[in-house]
Amino acid sequence: MSNKTILEMKNINKSFPGVRALQGVDFKLCQGEIHALMGENGAGKSTLIKVLTGVYGKDEGQIFVDGSDKEASIHSPQDAQRVGISTVYQEITLCPNLSVAENMYIGRSAGAGTNWKKMNEDAEKLLQSLDIPAKATQQLASCSIAVQQMVAIARAVDMDCKILILDEPTSSLDEQEVEKLFGLMRDLKARGVGIIFVTHFLDQVYEVCDKITVLRDGKLVGEYEIKDLPRVKLVAKMLGKELDDMSDIRSEQKPYDGKDAGEVVFEAEGLYSDAGIKPFDFNIKKGEVNGFTGLLGSGRSECVRAIFGADRVLGGKVKKNGKTVKITKPLDAMKNGIAYLPEDRKNDGIIGDLSVRDNIIFASQVLRGFFKPYSKAEANKFAEEYIKLLDIKTASADTPIKSLSGGNQQKVILARWLMTHPEYLILDEPTRGIDIGTKIDIQKLVLKLASEGMSITFISSETDEMLRTCSRMVVMRDRKVVGELSGDDLTQNKIMSTIAGGEK
Amino acid sequence: MGNTDVKKTKDAGFLSKIVHQQLFIPIAALLILAVFNLIADPSFFKITMGVSSTGDPVLSGYLITILDYGSELAILAIGMTLVTAASGGQDISVGAAIAIAGSVILRVLCGTNSRPDELQTSVFVAFIVACLVAMLFGAFNGILVAHFKIQPMVATLILYTAGRSIAAWINNNELPIISEPSFSYYGGFIPGIPIPTPFFIAIICVIIIALVLKFTNLGLYTQAVGINEKSSRLNGINPVFIKFLSFVILGLCVAVVGLIKVSRFSTINYSVIAKDIEMDAILAVALGGNALSGGKFNMAASILGAYVIQFLTTTLYKFDVQSDALPAYKAVVVIILVVLSAPSVRAKLSQLGKKRHVKEVA
Repeated sequence: MSNKTILEMKNINKSFPGVRALQGVDFKLCQGEIHALMGENGAGKSTLIKVLTGVYGKDEGQIFVDGSDKEASIHSPQDAQRVGISTVYQEITLCPNLSVAENMYIGRSAGAGTNWKKMNEDAEKLLQSLDIPAKATQQLASCSIAVQQMVAIARAVDMDCKILILDEPTSSLDEQEVEKLFGLMRDLKARGVGIIFVTHFLDQVYEVCDKITVLRDGKLVGEYEIKDLPRVKLVAKMLGKELDDMSDIRSEQKPYDGKDAGEVVFEAEGLYSDAGIKPFDFNIKKGEVNGFTGLLGSGRSECVRAIFGADRVLGGKVKKNGKTVKITKPLDAMKNGIAYLPEDRKNDGIIGDLSVRDNIIFASQVLRGFFKPYSKAEANKFAEEYIKLLDIKTASADTPIKSLSGGNQQKVILARWLMTHPEYLILDEPTRGIDIGTKIDIQKLVLKLASEGMSITFISSETDEMLRTCSRMVVMRDRKVVGELSGDDLTQNKIMSTIAGGEK
Repeated sequence: MGNTDVKKTKDAGFLSKIVHQQLFIPIAALLILAVFNLIADPSFFKITMGVSSTGDPVLSGYLITILDYGSELAILAIGMTLVTAASGGQDISVGAAIAIAGSVILRVLCGTNSRPDELQTSVFVAFIVACLVAMLFGAFNGILVAHFKIQPMVATLILYTAGRSIAAWINNNELPIISEPSFSYYGGFIPGIPIPTPFFIAIICVIIIALVLKFTNLGLYTQAVGINEKSSRLNGINPVFIKFLSFVILGLCVAVVGLIKVSRFSTINYSVIAKDIEMDAILAVALGGNALSGGKFNMAASILGAYVIQFLTTTLYKFDVQSDALPAYKAVVVIILVVLSAPSVRAKLSQLGKKRHVKEVA
């Protein structure tokens, strides 16, 4: 690692109406360094990144790039690209209706004409060298989210960037894909690229990063060498609390054994949908927390979507308390007391321009009926109640949900479904892209709700999170249910071997 | 953060708050037009007592004209706002559909005789039939947009092209004339009341839509579908139906304006009636600060926008702008509007306000 500084941000300030998102933040990045930017939701990570890439203008402060002592003028993402800063965001920002190659080269073809053949060939080469399972001419939308993410990275890599920003790139990747990405990152590091890595996964930080900068409440907490900052201290710095040990957080949460679970409430028999899953059987008891596990794309989400009527059900039935219920659309499921928090928060969850209040009351309002709108006072009362209950950080109930941080958006969606008082709550990746504090809040909430008699299906990519909450797990592989684990079988190893299919 | 700090950001936010208010644009446009007229020729605001064709005393003046014709636009703006919000597109077949609705009314009133001495049925019955027909055509547009997912402008282009021919066909291409004086009340004056009837009709429509928005979830559902269709569906809404419904409601608005239009002249000219009115209706929605790409809407702003558009048209007529040249002038307004409502410009504007304020504080 050379010690040449390639990026220096000094005293960055940025305010939004009602919020001071960044206050005097400094940040330094060296050549050939992987630098983790850590902090809870709303700590200012995303804002800092967006200031650096010209998405937001800064109120105060200076940015120096590449050791130059002249301030870099970055007023737009194009400016940032010109000085060698490339970004891959958490949410895919490519054009799904264009081909993979077009996405990789869009906006930077030299001159007026495009040599399509050459473009496709170049793209193909790059995809191969990075081992990305996509064809250059394939439409991007037909790739999995993980592959789309990798295409975005390939695009950034190919732009000869000096500074690569990865904003939560791993949140939709499975383990092998993460490994592949890390290989790529180390490769780039060796080539002298400075990488800013924003993530919520502690393991990943310690696996690839050299340095850590921690932000909290829009302020700089400090910059640390990775070896000087053990996990416990990192968590403590992020939370702003002194914690003796990481394990303290964990031991607060007793593994749930599900022995209080009662009768079977909901059952699926031979259910399958147009999303390509094989017919599956499934049941959940009263007060039970169970989960679907499997690799990305194994059909976890598709199963619960079929139960909720989100995808078109082609066959099989859903039973409630032993009686068959007809669920052909989400409203049917909602009327039967099922709630579903979808995996894709941005596209399936939030209604961006509507206020936090409207987003909270939304599902309950739909259930209540077209001709029975809540009065303003009622809506406000519910909104305030749930904002307080789930500790949602928002300027007011009138704030559009899209201006909240990811974790708080998720809490709003959670509030929306809790308000419908469901008998059966399906949580599909509720903790993705969310800081540790909120994650633990959600896990605790799940167990609390279950102890009050709610049945919950919890899906997560993080197995240890599921181990902590679920008393039973349905294991999936290739869109098929391949096993069910409970009791003593519920261990990391057993899950892995079942997923891999090597148990017999 | 100190206390004074908080106060400063709050104050500085005031101007930007006004700029971000949705009613800011139509009100500002109205003020600019009013001031312009006040300076150019204050007689614009004069209201005199005239005599109507039936010999009754009525108010007349430019402002009355604005009230009169602006009301047609306001009624259309109601439906257009909903269509825009739900589908993220606009219905450009409104003028042609008005021709159809008007033609239906005349046909029902006249029967086979195009110069009837007395009406075949009551105007009310004819109006109900026109409502049904207009809603049917609205449903046709709605199905194309909601179910077949065709771009609204493209889908409604079909009716835009065919509508006036259909209108002519309904009356076998004849031009029925109604001599019954009471028929002219809807687009003119009711004897004894000096204010044009369309204004009262518009008020009734506005009250109805206000009640509907207050006592149903039409507003919430429409906006939700316009903002995020997938998410709306997962929350139990049927987006296809909501979009369809918005077009049917616009159909109802079209029938009302159809009645006003044919009542004004007691006859119909298929190729001229309500010509280009769809553009004014769309403009009203835009002037109201509503995103033409759908989502959130403000009904009051659209309705105000409709009257402002008419204010502009009337101002231009007053200054002897030929009706052929009107669109060019309106285009200028459109450009200003579009630029003003662009998020980047708004951000600049509010920043400007902030900076100035900071200077004052210093």
